[in-house]
Formats: sequence, structure tokens, C-alpha cells
Amino acid sequence: MSNRRRAHALIFAGSIIFAFLLQLTPLPLALAAFKPYWLALVMIYWAIEAPHRVGLGFAFLIGLGGDLLIGQVLGEQALRLVVLVFIVLRFRSRLRFFPIGQQSLAVLALLLNDRMVVMMIRGFAGDPMPPLDFWVAPVVGMLAWPFVFLLLDDLRARIRAKPT
Amino acid sequence: MPVTSPDKVSLFAEGTVSTLRLIVYLAAAMIIMVIDHRGGYLQGFRNMASLVVEPAYRAAALPSEVVRAGKLAIATQSHLVDENRALKEALLLAQVRLNRMSALTAQNDRLKQLLDVQRDLGLGVQLAQLIDIDLDPFRHRVVLNAGSVQAIVVGQPVLDAFGVMGQVVEVMPNTSVAMLITDPAHAIPVMVARTGLRTIAYGTGSIDRLQLPNIPISADVKVGDALVTSGLGGRFPAGFPVGEVLEISNDESGMFAAAVARPAAALDRSGEVLLLQDLPQPMGPPVPEPALQAPAGDSSAISTPGGRP
Repeated sequence: MSNRRRAHALIFAGSIIFAFLLQLTPLPLALAAFKPYWLALVMIYWAIEAPHRVGLGFAFLIGLGGDLLIGQVLGEQALRLVVLVFIVLRFRSRLRFFPIGQQSLAVLALLLNDRMVVMMIRGFAGDPMPPLDFWVAPVVGMLAWPFVFLLLDDLRARIRAKPT
Repeated sequence: MPVTSPDKVSLFAEGTVSTLRLIVYLAAAMIIMVIDHRGGYLQGFRNMASLVVEPAYRAAALPSEVVRAGKLAIATQSHLVDENRALKEALLLAQVRLNRMSALTAQNDRLKQLLDVQRDLGLGVQLAQLIDIDLDPFRHRVVLNAGSVQAIVVGQPVLDAFGVMGQVVEVMPNTSVAMLITDPAHAIPVMVARTGLRTIAYGTGSIDRLQLPNIPISADVKVGDALVTSGLGGRFPAGFPVGEVLEISNDESGMFAAAVARPAAALDRSGEVLLLQDLPQPMGPPVPEPALQAPAGDSSAISTPGGRP
């Protein structure tokens, strides 16, 4: 049992670290704007599947970590992830039972909302408005969601099936 | 956080998170943001956390380094021969220019001795390599593999073989972050090389465009004019190529002409960059002693036009 839990925790931590690295890894210049917010996708997954691990405080800390690595203003991603995880936890009981297509649409809505939060924060900070392709990344995130979901689900199912 | 077992929760239950906690965390995030925006403490935190941050940067850059190494390994010979020839030609051209320059430098030295000028234009440079990671596609920052251990300081101009790339804005022990001249928050004092007209080139957020929004309408600027750093502002030394004017039009008010320029530096290609070591002397009289409590003459106030927003 404890072995299985340890493996579960490993997947949990590993997926978040991997999301951080993926966020930093560059895409070719033409595709740079299409990079989805990997950290958000992974956080959504864990908020749906393991809400006992992912609370608002955890999202806050991960967001601060993200700001430390990637961000420009400390607290920006903390705010974004807290909003995101709050919405997911609020509607978790429904999101869980959505078919994957519907879930992807919900993820699109979450990521679009996240983009609006970013725009608000940057607007207050006095940054210029982002270009139009700023809004493409949520769509890519929606398309990436089924793969993230199935991959993490499959990893967890393997652990569950493994005899210990 | 206590969670009731799933079979007891109705499908339309409102979840288990309380709004109060949300408000507390949101308020905390906002307070941190405001404090950080005012004080800029993020760099300090990043410095403290550099033990974690720097390895993360290096790890994230690994895949692209592997790809680059792979490309080099399977590059065809004809491609390499072509590249070699192009580089030789460029070297030859540079040599010719350099030879002409050395004569000019000698002449310049003589004239300066005549004028009894103390200041020297000798440039100390450091080589650094780009770490290929992506901080944010909408802000143009690059990470360099040299930091305070290699004596990099905030404000050093970053150049490549073709022109000015940007300036260092953050320094960690072994890495530093540079802002490119195309970052929307960046501005660089430039001069039209042909006429000597001074203006400021702003970043646009797209990697191949600079904006020169306020040129007097009567000014003599043509498409194809080369822009060089003017040396005003005390951040970038004078005379380095910045870009080339692509188009000129009137701005909305009709009071100014606005030009668009293409950066001279190869901003979208990664590789080795040069960091200038000697910061140019700030203009104007020397900074007064702090004990004198003089109100004006602070060099930092002069260097703001090219500096951080």
C-alpha cells in the first residue's frame, strides 16, 4: 500500500516538475505563441483527480514557484493558478464525469478565463495589450488536454493494477 | 482539506472549497504583486533561489541543445562547405574593413593627442552563450550563460556580430537575463547614420520590428537609412548598428512621422553574444559626493531612457 502511494506521489511530483520544464522549453519562433500553459493543464488534472493533494494553498505555492522560474512579477501565476484551481474544485463533481470532448471544452473555458486574468494583471501593471495570437494558446491547451489526461490517467491506472 | 467521499457528493454539489480561502489567497497574491511591482524584489528572490532556478534553466535547455548537436552531426558536407565559404567571405570583408579602421584609429589617436582628450574608446568584451529557453513568448528576454561570477552587471549592452541585441536586466550567479531591443518595454536612443538625426527606437513585441514613433515631419529620413546607437542616455555606447528603416508614414495626429525599422542583430537566432564590459561614461558633470547632498547630477537619472521601464 505504502509502495503504491509512494509511486502515486512520484507521478504527482514528477508531472508538476515536467510541466515546469516543458513551460521553459522553447518552441520554434513561429510556434512560440502556441505554447499551452502546461502548468495549468497538469494542475487541472490533479485538482480533478486528487483534490486532497491540490488545494488553493498548493496552487498558490506552485504559482510562486512558476513566477520564480518564468514570471516577470512575483504573484502573477500564483493568482492565476489559485483562480483556476478554485473553479475546478468548485465544479469538480461535474467535471469528473464529463466525456473527454466536453471536458476539453471546459478546459478551453478555464484557459480563456486565465488569459483574461493575465490581461487584467498586465493591464494594471501598465503593459501594452498583447497581440492577437495571445488568444491562440488556450485553443492549443484544449487540444492538448486529452493527451495530458489520458497519459496521466494511464500512468495512474498502471500503478493501481500493479500487484504489490 | 477535508473531502467527503465521492459517493456522498451529489453531481451538482458546489465542491468543497470555501470562498473565504479564495479571497484570502487572491488578496495575498495581489499584495505580493503590488509590492513586487513597486520594489522589484523578484530578482532578489531569484538570486536566492538560483541554486534551483539555474539548474532548471539548464535542464530545460537540454532538448534544444541535443537537437542542435544532432543537426551538426548529420549536417551534409556540402552544407558545411557552403557555410565555410560564406564565413570566409565575411571574414575577408571584416579584415578589409578592419585594415581601413586601423588606419583611422591611428589617425584618431593622433588627433586625440592633439586635442588632449583623455577618454578612450577601447572596448572590453565578454563572450556568452544563449541558453535556449523561453521565458514568455510575449516578452523578449533571453537567458545567457554568464552571471555575476563572470562579472556581468545589470545594464551591460548585449551585441552580436550584426548589431545591438539588448541589455542585461537581471543577474544571477551563473546566468543572466537580457531584454532584447524588440521587447515592448525597451527603448534605445538611436541616430540616423546618414543625417545624424537623433530619435528613440521602441520595441514592438514582434521580433523583426522596431518602432520610431516621433520623428519630426520635416526630418530627412529615407527608407533604407541605417540606424546606429547615439550614445545618449549613457547606456549604449555610440556607433553600433541598431537597424534599418523599412517604411515611414505619418502618425495619427499628423504631427510626427513614424518609422518602422528592422533590427540589425539576428535576434531570432541563438548562439554566442558579446557583452560589452566598460559601460560608457555618463554624460554631464561627475556625480557629486553624497555628503554634499546635491540635488541634481545623479547619473542614474540620465541613464533611464535606455534603461528599464
